[in-house]
Amino acid sequence: MNAKITKASRHTSQNEGLIFEKSSPGKRAFELPPLDVPAANSAAELGKHHRQDGVAGFPEVSEIEVVRHFTRLSTWNYAIDLGMYPLGSCTMKYNPRVNEFVARLDGIATEHPYQPEELSQGCLKILQLLETCLLEITGMDAITLQPAAGAQGELTGLLLIRAYLERQGNPRKKVLIPDSAHGTNPATAVIAGYQVENIKSESHGQIDVEKLRELVTEDVAALMITNPSTLGIFEERIPEIAEILHAKGALLYMDGANMNALTGITRPGDQGVDVMHLNLHKTFSTPHGGGGPGAGPVAMKKILEPFKPVPVLVEKAGGRLALDSQRPDSIGKVRAFTGNFGVLVRALAYILAYGPGVRQATEDAVLNANYIRKGLEGVYDLPYSLPSLHEVVFSDAIQKRNGVNTVDIAKRLIDYGFHPYTTAFPLIVPGALMIEPTESESKEECDLFIEAMKSIAEEAAQSPELVKSAPHTTRVRRLDEVAAARKPVLRWNPASATKAAR
Amino acid sequence: MRYLPKSPTERQEMLSAVGVKSINELFECIPERYRLREALKLPGPFSEAEVISYFQDRAKENSGGYTSFIGAGVYNHLRSVITDTILLRGEFLTSYTPYQAEITQGTLQAIFEFQTLMCQLTGQEVANASMYDGSTATTEAVLMAERLTGRRRVLVAKSLHPEYRDVLKTYAKNSGLFVEEIPYAANGTLDSKALQSALKDDVAAVVVQSPNFLGVIEDVAADASAVHAAGALLVVAITEGVSLGALKPPTEADIVAMEGQSFGLAPSYGGPFVGVIASREKFVRQMPGRLAGQTTDTEGRRGFVLTLAAREQHIRREKATSNICTNQALCALAATVHLTLLGKEGLREMAHQNLSKARFALAELEKIPGVKRKFDAPFFNEFSIELPRSVRMVNAELLKEKIVGPLSLGSLYPELTKTALVCVTETTTRTEIEHLAVALRRALEKPL
Amino acid sequence: MAYPANLRYTKEHEWVNVEGGIATIGITDYAQSELGDVVFVELPKVGAKLETGKSFGNVESVKAVSEIYAPAAGEVTAVNTELANKPELLNSDPHGAGWLIKVKLANAAELSGLMDGPAYEAYIAEKGKEASA
Repeated sequence: MNAKITKASRHTSQNEGLIFEKSSPGKRAFELPPLDVPAANSAAELGKHHRQDGVAGFPEVSEIEVVRHFTRLSTWNYAIDLGMYPLGSCTMKYNPRVNEFVARLDGIATEHPYQPEELSQGCLKILQLLETCLLEITGMDAITLQPAAGAQGELTGLLLIRAYLERQGNPRKKVLIPDSAHGTNPATAVIAGYQVENIKSESHGQIDVEKLRELVTEDVAALMITNPSTLGIFEERIPEIAEILHAKGALLYMDGANMNALTGITRPGDQGVDVMHLNLHKTFSTPHGGGGPGAGPVAMKKILEPFKPVPVLVEKAGGRLALDSQRPDSIGKVRAFTGNFGVLVRALAYILAYGPGVRQATEDAVLNANYIRKGLEGVYDLPYSLPSLHEVVFSDAIQKRNGVNTVDIAKRLIDYGFHPYTTAFPLIVPGALMIEPTESESKEECDLFIEAMKSIAEEAAQSPELVKSAPHTTRVRRLDEVAAARKPVLRWNPASATKAAR
Repeated sequence: MRYLPKSPTERQEMLSAVGVKSINELFECIPERYRLREALKLPGPFSEAEVISYFQDRAKENSGGYTSFIGAGVYNHLRSVITDTILLRGEFLTSYTPYQAEITQGTLQAIFEFQTLMCQLTGQEVANASMYDGSTATTEAVLMAERLTGRRRVLVAKSLHPEYRDVLKTYAKNSGLFVEEIPYAANGTLDSKALQSALKDDVAAVVVQSPNFLGVIEDVAADASAVHAAGALLVVAITEGVSLGALKPPTEADIVAMEGQSFGLAPSYGGPFVGVIASREKFVRQMPGRLAGQTTDTEGRRGFVLTLAAREQHIRREKATSNICTNQALCALAATVHLTLLGKEGLREMAHQNLSKARFALAELEKIPGVKRKFDAPFFNEFSIELPRSVRMVNAELLKEKIVGPLSLGSLYPELTKTALVCVTETTTRTEIEHLAVALRRALEKPL
Repeated sequence: MAYPANLRYTKEHEWVNVEGGIATIGITDYAQSELGDVVFVELPKVGAKLETGKSFGNVESVKAVSEIYAPAAGEVTAVNTELANKPELLNSDPHGAGWLIKVKLANAAELSGLMDGPAYEAYIAEKGKEASA
């Protein structure tokens, strides 16, 4: 162990096989209350549909084994609760526990989406207050909370644009997307029935406005822009970009993945953005949970409101809230029921905790990113020198000379007790190190991170092999992704079971 | 603010280190006229206790104290406290998508177990790491069938959940897909004659739900032979996963799209839930979403990674199989823990209790004059009954007795205004069922 | 690796070997080294019609996908079925056992503009310079 590694320590990590390998017939971890009605004869009732013997292969284990199994598995994960998780573009901030508590309350978690509206006023008030807060934060006119995640928010936004343009007589053909954009943007545009045209960034990593002027024709439906961009840089000319689009009848879509840089400071709605999505699992602290659930509300200008997905939350006479599905111009439904309600509850709890003070969170996030940038400038190559907001993107150009790349540095960071930053994204920076500390990190944690990164840079110069073979302290070493993809093993099978990791 | 770990002095030290006098300097890249001069008008800040009481107050304005007989895609089942105990472990709750495999083996192995459980339940060969919910899983299954067959027409059972049909139509509209509905027969199952005549060589997929929205179990094997004879793929949607503890798995299906809410997830006013796509191994490269695969590390130990990522949007961009990125991983973990707790016997017993209680409920309700079972095909834990008067009127009466009555099918199926969909699970007690029967009888005896 | 003299090369890093009106097509050593370990190859069926300049399949590595473009129009007469189980042949023997498809050319003259070995080597050397600039 390197003497400079002060944050991480080795701890006991238990080995554990797959749950199926622990199974033995007759063990149980769950008992039901006794049946209080006559037992039905399943075979007679279901006939040929009946599954005689239960689900073949299902585990049979006891309660303590289940608890230990998943607890052991959990110890193999890194988490925000353990330390800094500086994944750029992912906004891995603290997930307040009160959010979990309120989402699980009786009367919140227990409610059925089809119960009568008069018995759902509490749920509907939560939705209404969240809508109001998010409109204030974004400066937009209307909002839908239905989309299940950012990518579905993007789709909803593009479908709104499409419906609006169709109403004008022509849905148009193309969506423009900068080369620095997240991969969901082009994938979404295709599902919305558009062709994708990529725009190259200019030399400072910003949208090339002159190029844009040439590209925006009557065929262009929208530009999808991420602001601040995936480089953490504010698109200074966004009002001008909006004007260029609007002059040709096209609309401006903003990917709100990086709203953690703007909340309380500036509002996309004031800058000419027509429609945008928010990632509640990023900016608004709902837990990532290993990859979801999220929520991707879409905020829009007045002109798009008639096309909102159904159902739409409405306030009736006397202040009674209701869900209205009778909207002839609606793009339809993008998801069953009313969205990821439990996630929306958590986001509202976060907003209520901060109130207008949410600005302080943004300030601290931007301060942390700039502090780390200052600490590592010169140690790592900074390909774009414009001011950083909530994240900073370095490249591995200096370390590459010794054959050490961004993935190697990221893996070595694990040995130092940190989760890696985002590697190899955005695509416009070869060998990118994309670092987003968020407001949840103390000065001490940022200092430790800077020290770790400096120490790794030294190692890359002096003993590159040490970095290239990292991580050295994890339960498993680098895994063979090539073999996994060439001969995929995607489920456990009794016959193909191999020995548990030792 | 309690979530922010910096003292004023530390902030000042950091600003000095950065080389700026005030935090505002760091925002000068944003044009001055767009910077807010006033604080946002948001409620708060609130202490933890105040946040809790806000939500407790809202909770009181909901359905507490009522007994519900609504299912229709969202089911109330027993959940062990163990599931939340595991879910609330920060190592699962506060970790990201497992791209860095060495320090996310916990999540990856749990996904691998989830994929295995979903295969065992559905009788399919491969399952993905989760979709948003059953409705989007069904839609993605159809888009997958379109890619596999190169065909554009889709036949959808009218007895597929109405909201699933709506979502499919939203996505299909701009994907060049043509969606047609196939009616249900007198016994509630898919009208096989109508299916037969609609099946041409341009059909990509046929979508049926089983048990279907009307409560009855479809003859998946028979549907599959007709569908396959036309060179189309059969997509089977499942909204009530617990049924698979009693029902044969739809092995004849080419793609299974399932809602996993019944596996340990609270109704939560409609989400978050967990969608599942399971299919045949030969179709895996056309599957949407993430997949965890088994492999070994440099020292030969078993480990897990996200694999076949080249299908996904972050690599293939506009040519990806889907735009899904964030999925419902934590909900998939809930399902994994819940099903592991239940195990083979627990799930079988839970399914049997649902079956038994639903039959008891039907028998009790059929004793009431004028109340008839609507469809006679076998059912699981939901069944349709026909009432002698409008369901809406009856439900208004039941509400007075603290009962959320069965779902009125009239607004979804205009031909079924007097039909109600009753759901009974293992959580419904005999007393509650008997109370429903008494209250319904009273409601129907009331003069109009 | 040397670039065999009997092959012709495209700017999209494919090689073509024409014998009696049938062109064998593969990806070059340079292409496979840029992609890294190939994990999957998607190819057209025998009988498929190719259009000049249009994608006819793709090659996947763990973290990238690369389209393969038809250097000339024609009809597919054979595909390398061995690649389904051994995609690694593209890495170990790109100009030999790692061939992709055979095509009956519609118009062999379409291939007249392709590079020979030395010209292709000069072409990729130039690309290398651009990348490091």
